[in-house]
Amino acid sequence: MCRLFAITSEEPLSPMIAIDALNVMKEGHDGSGVGLFMRDLAGPFEDMKDAPVLSGIFTESGLRRLDRHMMDIGFMTKFKMSIKVAKTPPAGVPKRAIYLIRAYELPEEWDQYGQEKIYEKLVETRLQLRRMGEEENDMIVFSFWPDVIMIKEIGDPMAVAKHLQLDRKDLRARIIMAQGRQNTNYAINLYACHPFFLRGFSTMTNGENTAFVPIKEYLSSRGYPGYMGYQSDSEVFTHILHYMHKKLRLGLESYKHIITPLQDDDLEKHPDGDFLRYLKRCCRKLIIDGPNCVIGCIPDHTLFMVQDRKKLRPGVVGGRPGMFAFSSEICGLDASIEDRDKSKDFQPMYLDMAVVGPDRQEVKICRQTQPLHHLH
Amino acid sequence: MPSNAAITPSTLSVKDFAWQILWNKEKCTLCGQCTAVCPVHAIELGVFRKRVVETSLNLSEKSSAFYKVYNGIRQRTDPAYACIGCATCTMVCPNDAIIPMKTDETDKLKFHVNRGGTPRSRGGRRNVSEGILDQIKFIRISMLTDPALDAGRHEFELRTLLGRVLAPEEQLKALQTNGWIPPVREIYPLIIGAMSFGALSPPMWEGLQMGVAYLNEELKMPVRMCTGEGGCPPRLLRSRFLKYVILQIASGYFGWDEIIHAIPEMKVDPCAIEIKYGQGAKPGDGGLLMWYKVNELIAAIRGVPAGVSLPSPPTHQTKYSIEESVAKMIQSMYMAWGFRVPVYPKISGTSTAMAVLNNLSRNPYAAGLTIDGEDGGTGAAYNVSMNHMGHPIATNIRDAYTTLCAIGMQNEIPLFAGGGIGKNGNLAANAAALIMLGASGVHIGKYIMQAAAGCVGSESDRCNVCNIGQCPKGITSQDPRLYRRLDMEKVAERVVDVYLSFDTELKKIVAPLGRSTSLPIGMSDALGISDHAAAQRLAIKYVV
Repeated sequence: MCRLFAITSEEPLSPMIAIDALNVMKEGHDGSGVGLFMRDLAGPFEDMKDAPVLSGIFTESGLRRLDRHMMDIGFMTKFKMSIKVAKTPPAGVPKRAIYLIRAYELPEEWDQYGQEKIYEKLVETRLQLRRMGEEENDMIVFSFWPDVIMIKEIGDPMAVAKHLQLDRKDLRARIIMAQGRQNTNYAINLYACHPFFLRGFSTMTNGENTAFVPIKEYLSSRGYPGYMGYQSDSEVFTHILHYMHKKLRLGLESYKHIITPLQDDDLEKHPDGDFLRYLKRCCRKLIIDGPNCVIGCIPDHTLFMVQDRKKLRPGVVGGRPGMFAFSSEICGLDASIEDRDKSKDFQPMYLDMAVVGPDRQEVKICRQTQPLHHLH
Repeated sequence: MPSNAAITPSTLSVKDFAWQILWNKEKCTLCGQCTAVCPVHAIELGVFRKRVVETSLNLSEKSSAFYKVYNGIRQRTDPAYACIGCATCTMVCPNDAIIPMKTDETDKLKFHVNRGGTPRSRGGRRNVSEGILDQIKFIRISMLTDPALDAGRHEFELRTLLGRVLAPEEQLKALQTNGWIPPVREIYPLIIGAMSFGALSPPMWEGLQMGVAYLNEELKMPVRMCTGEGGCPPRLLRSRFLKYVILQIASGYFGWDEIIHAIPEMKVDPCAIEIKYGQGAKPGDGGLLMWYKVNELIAAIRGVPAGVSLPSPPTHQTKYSIEESVAKMIQSMYMAWGFRVPVYPKISGTSTAMAVLNNLSRNPYAAGLTIDGEDGGTGAAYNVSMNHMGHPIATNIRDAYTTLCAIGMQNEIPLFAGGGIGKNGNLAANAAALIMLGASGVHIGKYIMQAAAGCVGSESDRCNVCNIGQCPKGITSQDPRLYRRLDMEKVAERVVDVYLSFDTELKKIVAPLGRSTSLPIGMSDALGISDHAAAQRLAIKYVV
């Protein structure tokens, strides 16, 4: 089983807090890999919030190809964070040439574009790099987005973190999501490692989505280039989140109504029952069939946790104003935010979505049976 | 037959027949019930002459031989009276003294069933027992990472949608702008397919309706039943139970005068309107109710004279192109009910099904597509149509679903599959396989006749006399002397039994796959087959 941990904090934190939390939950995962997502960055990235940051793993020749390509299309390197690793990686971690975290200046010709267009161009650029990397097997690209860093690697999370020296002082973020295992249901591939990222949206998941194939087919047929990959069944959660926000223009509170809609009796009683019934019908192909616990982050820095209808996966949220964490297990919460009111820890059940907004002041519980706030 | 008698080309012996009557003289009570009940008069009272040799123990007396006469059952050898193997004789025999047995070779009767130049016509379906659906296995069993579910205690959402579902973007726009949203019904994915009042006897038809009503009203299972092309009894048209009924219109328009006139008096809308363009059992043929079955009641409901055969044309005569046949007719039917009732076409399985589907994808009113495969049944058709015409359902449904995926409309036009589902008794497995290949639900006809009323028809050319109204069980007869054998209350009970057991079996299939939140339409990763070519063709896993 995967173990998940996510934290949002007013004060920037080292990713080690998440690695430590995964470590205390080690009994629950096999330590076969780690995926990290960092947003609302501090340190050197604090002053370049608009500059897209490229995160990935490159071979020497891959890096040369990257540089040529990025120059060709007009990107200039603005800042790079060098990760120096020992020549011999720890047991279970592959030898890599370059772990890249690099911020770019946007091409000058993009000045003419509006913000939305720039975001779409960034998605295109990342997909292009991914395709190039897959052709020569020399680049793996996790994200290319302003104020976002992603790191993924095979191996024990703590060993990988030490190897990559993730405790360095200049690597700090106010939102961190971490996951502690390589996927087991499909071939091992870093593109199958959670968290997944698409155009500002990121999710990671515990459990297996048994409705994966029809959902994948549906998303693939939406005509959006970012709906690709699908090395993991969990990738669809990120894409559904994106589809809901960007294509359907619905808010986060609709997410659970799309992936695990209410059943008839509850819809009858719901004040927005008519709307929700139509939503359920038209988004029928996006209904997941867990067991799944999903933790995600949207561009406005909101962090959330949602359980599927079966609620067969663990998940807890707790913290104090200014700092909240989502964790697969309570021991992960204890390891990261000890000084909290534990009586307020909350384990979302099959109707709940727990949300911590950008202000980080409280955990809001959206229960599916409650009225919707913003009807579209 | 004396050894020197003239023989004609069609002189056959009992051995040449498909079914031979085995009769046991020792057990027979000569009650005569078997001969009375035989629907085709294949057996008659026989008077047999037998030579008996009597030898005496007393050597002085001469042994003698003499003739005795005894009475019994004789099987007729005129091809017109060939035994159909229905075994009604066996059913009525008080002493189990008689039973028809299938011949051990290809019968010679086949070559003589066209006397007078008329080829054989019959009811039933293609006489082929095997099929690809029974070979499909469900292989994606949830283990540990996604625990299998408890079929008995978990909650399951197994309903499906019938009706045009808008794309999410269009749906939200329609809600915002108060635009037209096509009617959509949430129904149970096992539908009782089109069998007309006329093809079926009154107790059979009413028994089905009663069973469907019970399932809806008492058990909250939204089961629907299609009328077939035979109209609908006036009382049902004006009752609140009409909402459980899919009204069918086909090329003969039988009964539609009555239906149209009842519209102002309808308390509720029907579930949907099915426009029949084709039928899997006799693709390219119209419907047919032979004169034997057109009594005054049937004639009145259909709006025709009694005692004449009622063949529907093979196509809708007023239409000449797909745009007209489909688009205009769909729109007209929508208009009749104020755009509140879904209207969808039903076609027979065919290699040209994708052309119809593509046309529907461009028609914003098309509420779905039902495809009826080659294994579908019928009340009356030429033998050659049933046995040799048509397209298997599995590839047709799979192609239709992948076509919809390619154009991104797989949630918008629901596909329903019919034709031979459960023909070997594996109803839930066949239905689940088709759903995972891409169907939103399945239609059954023959299965429900077999399970709910004891139809004896099988894939070995047994009985199959639905066409002449001689159904020994009274299922497809309009003769009160025959259909009084069928108790409609019991039919209704069996319908409920069938649906409850199907529901349990369907859960026993989807639960181990880890599915409970929605019907697993298109979950092709769950399917496997040990036939490599079939696996490739259906894009499912090849497993051995």
